[in-house]
Amino acid sequence: MSELYVRPIRDIAARMLGEEVIVMAVRDSRVFSLNPTASAIWSGADGVTPLREIVARRVACEFEVDADAAYQDAVALVEELAREGILQISDGPIPE
Amino acid sequence: MTAHLTVAIGGLLISIHSDNREFIAMLEQRYGNFVRQTQAGIRLEVEIVEPRAVGDPEEDLHVNFESGCWMMRRGDFLACWDPASGRGAVRQSAYPYAIDSVMRIIHSLMLARSGGFLLHAASAMCGGHAVLLSGVSGAGKTTIARLAPPEVTLLSDEISYVRRGANGYMAFGTPFAGELGVSGEDVSAPLSALYFLAKAPHNQLRPIAPAAAARMLLRNILFFAADPILVQELFRSACQFAARVPAHELCFRPDAEVWRLIA
Repeated sequence: MSELYVRPIRDIAARMLGEEVIVMAVRDSRVFSLNPTASAIWSGADGVTPLREIVARRVACEFEVDADAAYQDAVALVEELAREGILQISDGPIPE
Repeated sequence: MTAHLTVAIGGLLISIHSDNREFIAMLEQRYGNFVRQTQAGIRLEVEIVEPRAVGDPEEDLHVNFESGCWMMRRGDFLACWDPASGRGAVRQSAYPYAIDSVMRIIHSLMLARSGGFLLHAASAMCGGHAVLLSGVSGAGKTTIARLAPPEVTLLSDEISYVRRGANGYMAFGTPFAGELGVSGEDVSAPLSALYFLAKAPHNQLRPIAPAAAARMLLRNILFFAADPILVQELFRSACQFAARVPAHELCFRPDAEVWRLIA
């Protein structure tokens, strides 16, 4: 099973406020607000930790959900954020 | 011989010089209490020309940093400002909205570097503190400003000025009037709350979490420059502000009673 790796793109600004991360795409000033689960994934998206591991460590344990179901949701989430142009996805580690 | 006046907003002085004395006299009247008898601060040389000599009247605003200067152009003005020397030049016709815009752009650029911003908001001072009443056009900024009781001092009904200080955020009055057509008072006070306005059949106050407040704040901040570094600064400023200043949604009906929820 191939792994997915995720990392925010360079041209964004992000900040944790309360339990949520808000993200702004600097190029066009679009603003995104991530819910606590999405924020947990975003915070772990360092480009070197596989998405499955991020979900297991930061979502499944923290939010007491089934790891496989949480992973499927996480894949859908990162694909959506990639479509919005604020996150990179790769099947290999993403260098800084 | 040129005439001049100096306009002080938020503690920043901008001296406007022109050989068109009527234009300067019109600005003296327009900026009223914000006019100072000094020539310190930023210096703008304004050349008054016929409207058709400025450029395409339909052109949207562009603000770019080129060769050490901020270049600003819109259908009704061309301007450049060198932040290192503090000097700039404006070419516009003899009406005040163009110089209003140039000053707002310069203020927004200066504020972005120091954790402040200009906000689409009415603002008012009551009981020694200030509140921001923010919203897009039609949200009720002018309405709520018009309903303010006599003990409330209006800082602006349209564009509010927020600066970060050592002990928190301060709101300053501005002469930039909205539909109310009344300049704000030249006073300042520590900010105690941010309200996002919504017209409703009844008055209601609802707290907003910092993340949502930051998102809404970013929508209403005035910023004009296509500059990635300053945009990031502004994002950081909005987040810091939202983390520090309590935010509420203020649903209100057009009735002075709403000020009981604010003041």
